[in-house]
Amino acid sequence: MGEFKLKKGYDIPILGEAELVLKEFSNPDKVAILPYEFRGIKPRLKVQVGDMVKVGTPLCEDKEIQEIKFVSPVSGKVIEINRGERRLLMEIVVENDKKYTKENFKFKPSGNISKLTRENITNALLESGLWPYIIQRPFAKVANPQDVPRDIFISAFNTAPIAPEVDFLLEGKGKQFQKGIDILGALTEGTVHLSLQRKGNNSGNVLEEVTGVEKHYFSGPHPAGNVGVQIHHIAPVNQGDIVWTIKPEAVALIGELFETGAYPNERIVALCGSSLKERYYIKTIAGAKIKEIIPDENINDDEARYISGDVLTGIKLNENGYLGFNNCLLTVIPEGKKKRRLLGYFRTGIDMSSFSKTFLSSWISSKKKKWKLDTLAYGGQRAFIQTGVYEKVMPMDILPSILAKSILAEDIEEMEGLGIMELAEEDVALCTYVCPSKMDFGSILRQGFDLIEKEG
Amino acid sequence: MKILEKFFDKIHPNFEKGQKYEKYFPIFEMMDTILLWNNKRNQRGTHIRDPLDIKRFMMIVIVALLPATLFGIYNIGFLHFEAVGVSATLWDMFLFGLIKFMPIVIVSYAVGGFWEVLFAVIRKHEINEGFLVTGILFPLILPASIPLWQVAVAVSFGVVLGKEVFGGTGMNILNPALTARAFVFFAYPGKISGDKVWTIIDSAKDKVVDGFSGATPLLVASGTPAGESAVKHVNDAGFSFLQMFYGFIPGSVGETSTLAILIGAVILIATGVGSWKIMTAVFVGGYGTALLFNAIAGPGSSGIFTLPAFCHLVMGGFAFGAVFMATDPVSAAQTETGKWIYGLIIGFLTILIRTVNPAYPEGMMLAILFMNVFSPLIDHYVIKANIKRRLSRAA
Repeated sequence: MGEFKLKKGYDIPILGEAELVLKEFSNPDKVAILPYEFRGIKPRLKVQVGDMVKVGTPLCEDKEIQEIKFVSPVSGKVIEINRGERRLLMEIVVENDKKYTKENFKFKPSGNISKLTRENITNALLESGLWPYIIQRPFAKVANPQDVPRDIFISAFNTAPIAPEVDFLLEGKGKQFQKGIDILGALTEGTVHLSLQRKGNNSGNVLEEVTGVEKHYFSGPHPAGNVGVQIHHIAPVNQGDIVWTIKPEAVALIGELFETGAYPNERIVALCGSSLKERYYIKTIAGAKIKEIIPDENINDDEARYISGDVLTGIKLNENGYLGFNNCLLTVIPEGKKKRRLLGYFRTGIDMSSFSKTFLSSWISSKKKKWKLDTLAYGGQRAFIQTGVYEKVMPMDILPSILAKSILAEDIEEMEGLGIMELAEEDVALCTYVCPSKMDFGSILRQGFDLIEKEG
Repeated sequence: MKILEKFFDKIHPNFEKGQKYEKYFPIFEMMDTILLWNNKRNQRGTHIRDPLDIKRFMMIVIVALLPATLFGIYNIGFLHFEAVGVSATLWDMFLFGLIKFMPIVIVSYAVGGFWEVLFAVIRKHEINEGFLVTGILFPLILPASIPLWQVAVAVSFGVVLGKEVFGGTGMNILNPALTARAFVFFAYPGKISGDKVWTIIDSAKDKVVDGFSGATPLLVASGTPAGESAVKHVNDAGFSFLQMFYGFIPGSVGETSTLAILIGAVILIATGVGSWKIMTAVFVGGYGTALLFNAIAGPGSSGIFTLPAFCHLVMGGFAFGAVFMATDPVSAAQTETGKWIYGLIIGFLTILIRTVNPAYPEGMMLAILFMNVFSPLIDHYVIKANIKRRLSRAA
């Protein structure tokens, strides 16, 4: 058990948190899976348009590790297969017959987890399509079932901007969560680490009661809730280590799978963002169509951006598209206005919020004020200048700007030495947010990973 | 605004890839974004972005330079009228300074800007706003009497050899403004050192008052004979501490008023644009070193050894260098630990050069340039230490 107080970082004061209200939308007409959400997966189709599928029927699999499958959350007919640029598989759409006929999995639910072998568990997770929720570090991609991780890490709270409350997502699911933890414990020879937020009083929390984990307490601004930051402080990833991470909601799904033996197709998704008039949590089927869940009347802005995940790391969705699987969060924020302002950099900045203190608002507005933030870049890309701002949002013993430079110089030895293996896009997303040169540190990081994987 | 927007929208296509004026896109981009704020949406990376960009970042530096610039302009006139013994109003002094100073600024921006644009067009990258700062920093560290052609030659040297040959903004090792000044310093020493250059006197028609010297306090201090008190020597020459602090003394245009520079420092630190670590480290390094020399000053040592530490900080280019030059984000140390070391050594070297080197009364410029060169080495050791910590964790 550890107690960690992080100082560096930033809570972006963005408007649009969801109210802690749960609504239900049970029967979407169409659902889709979006395999590109999961990093490191090269999907190969297992179905064609017109095929009939059940809940749990594989729709596609990974080309490299074929055991990793993505399954249908409903029963019905495959009606569309949409590809994007370079024939990248974007969506496999299934028309819901609303009968929810279940695929017969080979594995059977078991009351006694201690009898299950590692192999039993791995196979069950692969067959049921829950495996892709397990993400490995380094490289922050879907885990390889052949690996035995040193430890497994779970962050039980979000600090990302307008991210959902984990406690609310897991309300009433304490039993499933505990079961999920027990199952994960059998997958590692090390420890399952659970990081909780140090608030005034944690009692009464589902996660406080969990056993079979080592608990750690974190406090501080974003990215304190990022599992990568927590790993760095608890037991960092060293050369040659592989650790796994999984989101708490997915832990509960694993527990549910082993309880019922069927694919758990229900998800609770937080509908957030300032473009939504009403913001709440919704219980629905995984991959439901966005238009069905959010009626047009609920949208504030003419042009809005739909994001699966949070505003820093989420994936841009098509407004006529479908909810992601990977995130229990759909953020809708206004697209930037096309109208241009005269001499923007000369403005007092009273109407804008900034991490820096170069805008008047930083001096006179209340710290608690939330801002309606849009998708403008606010400036053109420039050569990188070391303003020291990256260092202020990186609560790890890592030199972010030096690391970025070593990646751009393609110096593998140095980037490994500087800790690239400990990071994922989400951990450097704040650097991208605050960067005055408007660089994208996330894609620089991925460039480094690709180089390392290519060179072996 | 609407008209501008329409105009730029209309001519924009001509500068796109494959179009007639593709080559001049950087110039278009510069004009376009100087006038109107960029309205690009985030496509990659985070969906939202902080509104601070490099333009605003550099604007803050310019705002921070304003007090020193305005005072410097006034001081040009003040020194002139004092030297020729003519009484003048504040406005006369300011106007006189403005007439003398503006041509230097214009030449600096025009010639430097020309090179900046030329390289941007050849290299096909956007024009970097860093030049907005270099273009004003350079005139501020020159004597007001500098010939304009020397400004042009020096700024060309500073921008091309100090920055562009390394690959442009962000890649340069040396501070371009200081590189340009170093060029003048070594190529035309008669125009930037001694006691004749700091006050504008037209020898054809002006008649100086009796007892006029024109020497900077630092020059006076460095000329203190062995065994005498430097501070007394400086006071006898007519410079009190407060006078030096407020800046009514000969010197480069922007460097004389420590007070105006400190206002700039407050702006830089409060907005987070300038590194408080570097500024503090330079002052601490300089102060400590001066104390050290005070302690070892003996009857045989040169008089400047006795100059009190707090006097060092308000004389010459110390404050200006610490606040505006050493903190240049590109040529300074890149690591947070490195910044402390970098600043401390600049302070140390400056006082060392001032005290023990008889050839140069001022050491700030050389100390900063020297540490610009060594900052990658400092960073190297900070980086190696980080890598070592990571490796030792695994063992």
